[in-house]
Amino acid sequence: MSNANRTFKQHLIKNLDSNVRYDLRKKLEFRDVKVELGVVAKAEGSCKVTIGDTIVIAGTKLAIEEPYPDRPEEGSFSVNTELLPLSSPDFETGPPGIEAIEISRVVDRTLREGKAVDFKKLLIKKGEAAWIIFIDIVSINDDGNLLDAACMAALGALLNTEFPKVNKDGTIDYKTKSGKKLLVESMPLLVTVYKIGRHLFLDPIRAEEQFIDARLSVGTLEDGTICALQKGGDAPLTLEEIDQMIDIATKQAKELRKLFKGGGKGGKGKK
Amino acid sequence: MAYTKRHNGRKFDETREIVAKVGVIKNADGSAYYRQGDTEAYAAVYGPRQLYPSFLKDPSKGRIRCYYNMLPFSGMGDRVRPGPSRRSKEISLVTEKAFQPVINLEEFPNTVVDVFIELTQTDAGSRCAGICAASMALADAGIPMKDLVVAVSVGKVGKRLLVDLDYEEEAYEDEPVADMPIAILPRTREITLLQMDGQITKKEIMDAIKLGEKAIQKIYNIQKEALRAKFANGGRDVKRK
Repeated sequence: MSNANRTFKQHLIKNLDSNVRYDLRKKLEFRDVKVELGVVAKAEGSCKVTIGDTIVIAGTKLAIEEPYPDRPEEGSFSVNTELLPLSSPDFETGPPGIEAIEISRVVDRTLREGKAVDFKKLLIKKGEAAWIIFIDIVSINDDGNLLDAACMAALGALLNTEFPKVNKDGTIDYKTKSGKKLLVESMPLLVTVYKIGRHLFLDPIRAEEQFIDARLSVGTLEDGTICALQKGGDAPLTLEEIDQMIDIATKQAKELRKLFKGGGKGGKGKK
Repeated sequence: MAYTKRHNGRKFDETREIVAKVGVIKNADGSAYYRQGDTEAYAAVYGPRQLYPSFLKDPSKGRIRCYYNMLPFSGMGDRVRPGPSRRSKEISLVTEKAFQPVINLEEFPNTVVDVFIELTQTDAGSRCAGICAASMALADAGIPMKDLVVAVSVGKVGKRLLVDLDYEEEAYEDEPVADMPIAILPRTREITLLQMDGQITKKEIMDAIKLGEKAIQKIYNIQKEALRAKFANGGRDVKRK
């Protein structure tokens, strides 16, 4: 780390000591969160999530494919993330890098293990045809906390997904909606708790995120069940810290979940 | 059935509804949002910045690089596979050429100006929407330019010449269709992008470009208004029927 950056980080920690951040938030305070469903008319489902200056869009596309041989009675979904070079000077063109892959994998785990979609209900004909849901997440502007934004956008896109009509010959008529919505069985959400020095905090802006020592992403369900975990960063975490982080994440997820009630109208995600 | 009336009730020289906004991506040096009907583009400009690999550097002036990309969920039907395709590479190339005559990067030797165009939604005319967005984003970034670039598609469905074809018109099955995206510098009337697919006579090409005149002037005004709005009124939407 350069000297300038070291000074910067010390300054950040000093301010966190008195519970003040660059944008005057407290440590466990989220920025304003806006959830908009149905922003892309051509997709089967879509959602735009805005957290402060961070903007993420997720869209779903449906296809009919042969089920996996070991699960002949199930459909599936697949999560892909593109950190667009349009959204940050730090992102480059080319196939997804490790950062994008981690987001895809952790969001996939949260939704899959949280059983947001009942794969059996995606079956059309046993061993022959089932729906597959492609969830694509893209960043439009990265001002930190893409992980939480990506998961919210993906869940929002699923909530907004409507099946297209299927023709008699088994092909899909994308132009005609069937009127049948995808049934979302649970509301798994990912909240990441970040650590700098001895401080735990939520929802960093980019200027904070680049200096974190560690983070723990916690996927939770409505009843507080944990459905995914991912530790990141170079520093270790103590058991007490993990205990605290899970509590913080569970509480915050409850607040964020409210934004999806009533078709995901916007609102403020308080701590 | 002969195409005598547009399916969406538009006049033959009328564009779809246009929404333009400048400064939508905070990280970028310049950015813009441009929507024409159901075709929606974001553009972000980064630079002038360091150019790698080094052998691409031009010691006499800066370079411009454009990237056109359709997002996986942007279109009707199948998912668009992420990553560059032959189609997107060609569109990136012609987009770059559309800006070449207006931008002046002599003051920034060895650097690059990167222009990223992402289509969140497409309903035909996506390269034109991308160019309109990129044009505002470049101006927003303060890149020295002689003029804004305005792009619109013109064409022919059956016997009728028309402006700003949507997908339903581009894919009209009962009669032949010709689709011709153009980019123009409004002040000098020079054309910087011209492509066509379909069958059309020379006279029809000339007439179609003339028919696009009104749309070009309208888009030009909307672009200027959106740029002014950012700097004068803190960036409100410019919306016009």
